[in-house]
Amino acid sequence: MNQADAETQSMTQWFDIGALDDIPRLGARVVRTAYGDIAVFRTAEDRVFALDDRCPHRGGPLSQGIVFDGRVACPLHNWCIELSDGTAVAPDEGCTGTYPVRRDGDRVLLGLAPGMGNVVSLVQAAEA
Amino acid sequence: MRDGGNMKQRLVLVGNGMAGVRTLEELLKLAPDKYDITVFGDEPHGNYNRILLSPVLSGEKGIDDIMLNDDAWYAAQGIALHKGSRVARIDRAARQVVAEDGTAVAYDRLLLATGSRPFVIPVPGHDLPGVISFRDIGDVDAMLAASREHRRAVVIGGGLLGLEAANGLMRRGMDVTVVHLGDVLMERQLDGAAGALLQASLEERGLAFRMGAQTEAILGAERVTGVRFADGSEVSADLVVMAVGIRPNIQLAQEAGIHCERGVVVNDTMQTFDPAVYAVGECVQHRGATYGLVAPLFEQAKVCANHLAALGSSRYEGSVTSTKLKVTGVDLFSAGDFVVEDGDEELVFKDAARGVYKKIVVRDNRIKGAVLYGDAVDGAWYFQLLREEADISASREHLLFGQAHLGDSGHGEQERVAAMADTAEICGCNGVCKGEIVEAITAKKLFTVEDVRAHTKASSSCGSCTALVEQLLANALGSDYSESPKKKSLCGCTEYTHDEVREAIRANELKSIRQVMEFMEWKTADGCPKCRPALNYYLLCAWPGEYNDDYQSRFINERAHANIQRDGTYSVVPRMWGGVTSPQELRAIADVAEKYQVPTVKVTGGQRIDLLGVSKEDLPRIWGDLSRAGFVSGHAYGKAVRTVKTCVGSEWCRFGTQDSTTMGVKLEQSTWGAWTPHKFKMAVSGCPRNCAEATIKDLGVVAVESGWELHVGGNGGVKVRATDFLCKVESMDEVLEYTAAFLQLYREDARYLERTAPWIERVGLASVKQRVVDDAESRRALAERFRAAQQGAQVDPWAERAEGAAKHEFIPIRQVG
Repeated sequence: MNQADAETQSMTQWFDIGALDDIPRLGARVVRTAYGDIAVFRTAEDRVFALDDRCPHRGGPLSQGIVFDGRVACPLHNWCIELSDGTAVAPDEGCTGTYPVRRDGDRVLLGLAPGMGNVVSLVQAAEA
Repeated sequence: MRDGGNMKQRLVLVGNGMAGVRTLEELLKLAPDKYDITVFGDEPHGNYNRILLSPVLSGEKGIDDIMLNDDAWYAAQGIALHKGSRVARIDRAARQVVAEDGTAVAYDRLLLATGSRPFVIPVPGHDLPGVISFRDIGDVDAMLAASREHRRAVVIGGGLLGLEAANGLMRRGMDVTVVHLGDVLMERQLDGAAGALLQASLEERGLAFRMGAQTEAILGAERVTGVRFADGSEVSADLVVMAVGIRPNIQLAQEAGIHCERGVVVNDTMQTFDPAVYAVGECVQHRGATYGLVAPLFEQAKVCANHLAALGSSRYEGSVTSTKLKVTGVDLFSAGDFVVEDGDEELVFKDAARGVYKKIVVRDNRIKGAVLYGDAVDGAWYFQLLREEADISASREHLLFGQAHLGDSGHGEQERVAAMADTAEICGCNGVCKGEIVEAITAKKLFTVEDVRAHTKASSSCGSCTALVEQLLANALGSDYSESPKKKSLCGCTEYTHDEVREAIRANELKSIRQVMEFMEWKTADGCPKCRPALNYYLLCAWPGEYNDDYQSRFINERAHANIQRDGTYSVVPRMWGGVTSPQELRAIADVAEKYQVPTVKVTGGQRIDLLGVSKEDLPRIWGDLSRAGFVSGHAYGKAVRTVKTCVGSEWCRFGTQDSTTMGVKLEQSTWGAWTPHKFKMAVSGCPRNCAEATIKDLGVVAVESGWELHVGGNGGVKVRATDFLCKVESMDEVLEYTAAFLQLYREDARYLERTAPWIERVGLASVKQRVVDDAESRRALAERFRAAQQGAQVDPWAERAEGAAKHEFIPIRQVG
């Protein structure tokens, strides 16, 4: 782990956002923040991922898309985004911000820290 | 390399061309680690796009533009490539191939893709310097060199390849004479009339022709000086290009004792008579046919890869092909068999002044072949009708005018794509111009409409420009550009078609999406956004009242019961039976609009009121208020029965013959809530003035003095289509009965996302009539099944959600900060 990563990790604040079963399998829920929405996805195998709820294409709400094979299809123009790293599936090009997610028993924890995704950079900008 | 206990098998490919390498690409997608792969190619290049040699010759493209796989690609895939190395023999007993330079490589599986050889007429002088064929980059280089030093060229052969060569040489500044044995150019693709138009157009551009001319000798001592014909006449030439045809290159296979006829004989799995040896491409003979166009080769590649990967789940069943001449500015299309035989009918359109000629050959109400010259925009449509063996009896009177003649929205009169400027907009939805598409086709090496959609977004929204995109592909790639399987699989997750999946659901009583995917061996774990909504619909339709709707497999609009807008808000359209409302209803809508600060209130095209810009969290509350005022969901968001548009009819209108509003209300009340393959719109007009525009609806009812006419299969959207007349009935009850039957037939028979218009064009009006009108028993059974399904379907989703159902859909899981 390099220093920047270590720093980010030490500054990460973890939020209990709910139980795993609050998120439908192959579905998503939205975490609302003052600076924008974060989409939290649950795959068929109960893996959980968090992304900025904005498609890199035209800002469509990814939380509303169809989830399949570790990806989500944006409801507006069908761009497919990888849940693990927020990148658009080729040939489309683009990337949306990601956030760490942890499971604690049946609880789902979302990590937020400066420099992560869209929401937190906005938090930083507001504070600066 | 046979590493770590995980013994890899060895696959050797002989022939580094398009078919062979495409097979490897397909194979690597399916089983990336199954084989150690070795490739032999006798040309000193990587794999290139042979069908683009003509534009290289004419100077429209460079060699670099047509490379498909460079050395880096082979290296990245771990493929051992032997370029410029010809295989001398195959030792089947020892299972190895030996190259001319002595290199020997052992195989567990061998793939032959040796392609074809140009046929050289064995006349005296055929081996003189200056006599070449047109087959590979080496030939193109030789022609280019000749065009720099010499003036006069003769091309022997007036087929596709010969004409492209002649055109290229002419554009390089040579005087070109085309010599053709027959009387009709491209006689395998064109009939006499189209051939004559083509010849006239090419003569206008500067090509000279010697038709009906049999070459007797090629003249010259050191180098070619001319050609002499059987009638004794001669033409002088510094370059002679032989383009009289190709022959499958079977020498290697034959010498190895593999069964060959005209080509290397393969079965439906692309396997030769030696089970360890497969073959694909132009060297192959399958069910008696050989192919020289790219689409069939790619289909073969896909099937062959499937078997090499040991999946064993697909078969090649032959291809129907279409052809396009790659001569810039010439619009020409040919498909199927256009030779008129006993019992065939010919539909012909000819406009000499515009240089347009179209011929469609019909047998038993099905298109058997088509030739288009001068206006080929409908080629793709005819080809589709041909492949699907669609019954064209209902549309034959306007068939020749094409699918586009009714005025596709979005691109006006721009139908002749060859003549369009690079800046002309092709896709009006996504703002994609001709130049961008052509650039992407070349630069990103695209072959299919799907590829173009993925890379440029053209034709990915409403689809009205699909024919134009296909034209651009055809112009850029020539020959048969896009893949043309007779059977189109439902999506990339399966090899099965919509119809096969549906049949399996019924026959095997599959009752959940997971069951279908397991039973039919889906290739992906979760399916995709294309197949999941389709499966959900098929299951819902097959097992009404029993199947548990899978909301996660529905598009957001149907999951949220509202229409998502570009900014992520939603629109709400309450149902207004037959378009009739009241002060009390309007007041309730106005109250809701004010209470929730709805930014836009708009009357829709279907005579309903749309509340736009509602946040998702407000939806259940708005619905609760509307529900208390007596409204139910208008289903304006779903693949479902939408609205019934009406005129005021005999109650008020001085021309009205029947009570169209009451009819419309009854229709809507009996059909609302039904899910359908695509949206389903209705209208009722009170007299033939047709103010409700019933003849562009999925089902339109037009009142006449003596009863009601039923019209079906209309569409007022992207592709305007007027309805077909189904029948006339006398009473309102009959209208309801026939509508229920028609709707149920559409629900059970059409493919997911297929509107009634293309469905009827595909299955033919006759079969719909038979089951809904002529056969009373069938009609009763259909209507009965519809009514049974409606029992469970007519539950207002808005009221349920206002009372707390599916709550998680509408609220955030948590607020942070």
